[in-house]
Amino acid sequence: MHILGKLTWDAVPFDQPVAMVGAAVVIIVVVGVAALVLAKGYLPYLWREWITSVDHKRIGIMYCILALLMLARAFIDALMMRAQQAVAFHAPGYLPPEHFDQIFSAHGTLMIFFVAMPFVIGLMNFAVPLQLGVRDVAFPTLNSVSFWLTATGALLVNLSLVAGEFSRTGWLPYPPLSELAYSPDVGVDYYCWAIEISGIGTLITGINFVTTILKTRAPGMHYTRMPMFCWTSLASCLLIVAAFPILTATLAMLLLDRYAGFHFFTDTAGGNSMLFMNLIWAWGHLEVYILILPAFGVYSEVVSTFAAKPLFGYRSMVIATMAICLISFMVWLHHFFTMGAGGDVNAAFGIASMIIAIPTGVKIFNWMFTMYGGRVRFTSAMLWAIGFMVSFVIGGLTGVMLAMPTADFELHNSLFLVAHFHNVIITGVIFGVFAGYSYWFPKAFGFVLDETLGKWAFWLWFIGFWVAWGPGYALGLEGMTRRLQRYDVAEWRPLLLLAAVGVLIMLAGILVQLLQLAVSIRTRAQRRDLTGDPWNGRNLEWAVASPPPHFNFAVLPQVNNQEPYWDMKQRAIDSGHLQTPEPHYEPIVMPRNSATGFVCAVFATVTGFALIWHIWWLVLLGLAGAYATFVVFAWRDVQEHIIPADEVARLDRANRAARSQALSRMRADELVVHE
Amino acid sequence: MSSPSSALRAGSDPYHLGHHNEWIGTEPEYTGARSGGPAPKRIVVGYGFWIFILSDVIMFSVLFASYAVLAGNRAGGLGPRDLFDLRDTAAETALLLLSSFMCGMASLAVAWRNQLWTQITLFITGLLGAGFLALEAREFTHLVSIGAGPTRSAFLSAFFTLVGCHGIHVTVGLLWLGTMMAQLLTKGFRENIRHRFLCFTLFWHALDIIWVGIFSLVYLIGTILP
Ligand code: HEM
Ligand SMILES: [Cu+2]
Repeated sequence: MHILGKLTWDAVPFDQPVAMVGAAVVIIVVVGVAALVLAKGYLPYLWREWITSVDHKRIGIMYCILALLMLARAFIDALMMRAQQAVAFHAPGYLPPEHFDQIFSAHGTLMIFFVAMPFVIGLMNFAVPLQLGVRDVAFPTLNSVSFWLTATGALLVNLSLVAGEFSRTGWLPYPPLSELAYSPDVGVDYYCWAIEISGIGTLITGINFVTTILKTRAPGMHYTRMPMFCWTSLASCLLIVAAFPILTATLAMLLLDRYAGFHFFTDTAGGNSMLFMNLIWAWGHLEVYILILPAFGVYSEVVSTFAAKPLFGYRSMVIATMAICLISFMVWLHHFFTMGAGGDVNAAFGIASMIIAIPTGVKIFNWMFTMYGGRVRFTSAMLWAIGFMVSFVIGGLTGVMLAMPTADFELHNSLFLVAHFHNVIITGVIFGVFAGYSYWFPKAFGFVLDETLGKWAFWLWFIGFWVAWGPGYALGLEGMTRRLQRYDVAEWRPLLLLAAVGVLIMLAGILVQLLQLAVSIRTRAQRRDLTGDPWNGRNLEWAVASPPPHFNFAVLPQVNNQEPYWDMKQRAIDSGHLQTPEPHYEPIVMPRNSATGFVCAVFATVTGFALIWHIWWLVLLGLAGAYATFVVFAWRDVQEHIIPADEVARLDRANRAARSQALSRMRADELVVHE
Repeated sequence: MSSPSSALRAGSDPYHLGHHNEWIGTEPEYTGARSGGPAPKRIVVGYGFWIFILSDVIMFSVLFASYAVLAGNRAGGLGPRDLFDLRDTAAETALLLLSSFMCGMASLAVAWRNQLWTQITLFITGLLGAGFLALEAREFTHLVSIGAGPTRSAFLSAFFTLVGCHGIHVTVGLLWLGTMMAQLLTKGFRENIRHRFLCFTLFWHALDIIWVGIFSLVYLIGTILP
């Protein structure tokens, strides 16, 4: 056997020009960034402050950066698909089928696992401990392991551009197509190992945040005082804990079929591919709620902050969140109504699916009533939230249509379905994380993003989305099935051209976002957030400086109601005591940096790559390395470092001074209003 | 009533797990009660590990479900009745349960801070676990040698995966056990080592519970039903 397993020079796509460009871009970007970092001497800084950091804020930011990078890659895939469909009328277009298939598979896989997931988890990492009023998550080092394993998965997917090919079986590898008999190359293996490895990271995140939210909250923060984003994060993480093991096991079975000749899902020797459908969607449907629930949380924060009112119906919101969390376990079959379950079963799952619309509707009304009678400020974060409310209702209604088995027999696997899930994912999840991005950016970096450009970006995305996916609904109703590399129906052509224009408008939105970032960084001196509370916020994350000190809170805050920071501010303004007596500062114990996560991920990458290419000696080496890393980690004696009390005091005094100035300004405003 | 030390007064339930109402309004710090601030490390670590075990159980339940679905699909090959030997499995069960018992003894030894007994009981725990693995390996090689390997039928694929996954867990547990013993020996009964030891015992006992499931659902029912 070859020492490099299946890996040979043939794996590099020299003969396919388009693929070669992709490979070249990956190599140039990776090598370029590495060279820049080394040449400028950034490495020690990056290593110390970011790569080995176990600070939840840093990890959260890294998650978001990873998501943005992968968004760029997956968006290019979308552009390529839309371009292909714009030209492939009665013509082969520029992408051959086997390449087109890789592109929609990579697009879907990246968007779900390496854009939406890391972005949502990134925001959770950044905001949840701050909102809970604590200093870090329950398991900081494991948190870093989570992030780096996710990055490993993303890296593996992109490596497939350079060596070998990616899966051609869609974002979910349905057997028997994904079995060795029909997909003999390494594409499906890239998919499976990337998702297995990053899935472990996600599971650890779930465990970490469930523990954090349930066991470490500031004194006085009962469950019914937790900010909405914490509630939705809790629901999402509970779903992660319940769902990701299913994904891990299911893909492991597929891998056993492929690597060891097992017969779980093959169509020989008694294998059953419907078992795969059921298992993958038992995870898959929960996955969509894992993504959308935290986005709902972001909207709740944003809407109540910018309407300057407490969230309407807080308790009903909590109940709705948990109801969605629970009912979402009972609907997975709506993804394959057409696959022979029979009328009764279909009806039961159809009704269960429609029931989810009720708690979701409750949420929409709660947001609207929060705005009602409030003094709404139309910041860009608020625009994302309003754009979401308008669009998501349509996405939800088409979802209810799809939940009717009879209708679904027509709509299944059509572009109508694809338009539906882009509707809920883009205007739901992506708008949500963008809202969170502009909302929490000043907290993370200490300056506010440019609002004008932010609003431009919103409108371009919003209009671009509808121009791109409105026609999608129509195309589906006209009978266009998904994943078409070419077509010869004349009626579809204008709509597909329109959809291509829509994608270009969204591209403009992305470019404006890049511009916004660049402009805001250049002009950051004028846009500093000195008080730590740029939006007149309501929850505890705004009670600390921007960016927050490493330890978040000099003294853990005492929580007395649902909106602790708003309450503090109001009491200060009312009483005229703008400065509470200085607390007694004590030294703070914080977890030390650790290279465990990064080193682990290096070994995971090696192991994953070796598994994909059947390089068995390297697999053993990688696993041994990972084990050794954990032993070394377990052996260290000093896990924490201490921040001395006067350092704590110095940082906190500066923040208190800035804050009391801001409060006196507010008080002055308030007096003016009253006169 | 409001001083943190009053949390410890009763002595029996210092962290007031599951009792919250009486704390509202008194808010002592750092007790781990519902509104009393972050729970102590011991609680947090144990709690997190319980959730991990929960997720592991879900993974096993997927394998159980797959086994249930595929158990009848034998592709003309042999079935549970022809293949399973309950005497062997009974021996495996005995070894694993005794191992768990020893692990419980080790917890006592750790509670007494007795290094010698800790090491002895843990060593026996590991020995019994290894015995279990040896029996399982023997069963597997026997099945493969008579042409009933995992590639023979969907039933056997599911069987080998479910039982093998448990076996892999035991193997990982043994690796952990070795590391744990070395740590206890070199680092003593330091707090974080004791937390880890707590997690290990949880893990080891959980594997028993999974095994009881396998024994009843796969071996017992398999040999009783046609
Ligand atoms: C940003 C704008 C986006 C555009 C223009 C776009 C475009 C497309 C197109 C053209 C397809 C193929 C449709 C077909 O089957 O014919 C597709 C599929 C898909 N997209 Fe997107 N997409 C976008 C964003 C997203 C996002 C944000 C997600 C999820 C987070 C996502 C998830 C998927 C999935 C899962 C598929 C199905 C892939 C498959 O068929 O297996 N997309 N997208
Ligand atoms: Cu679903």
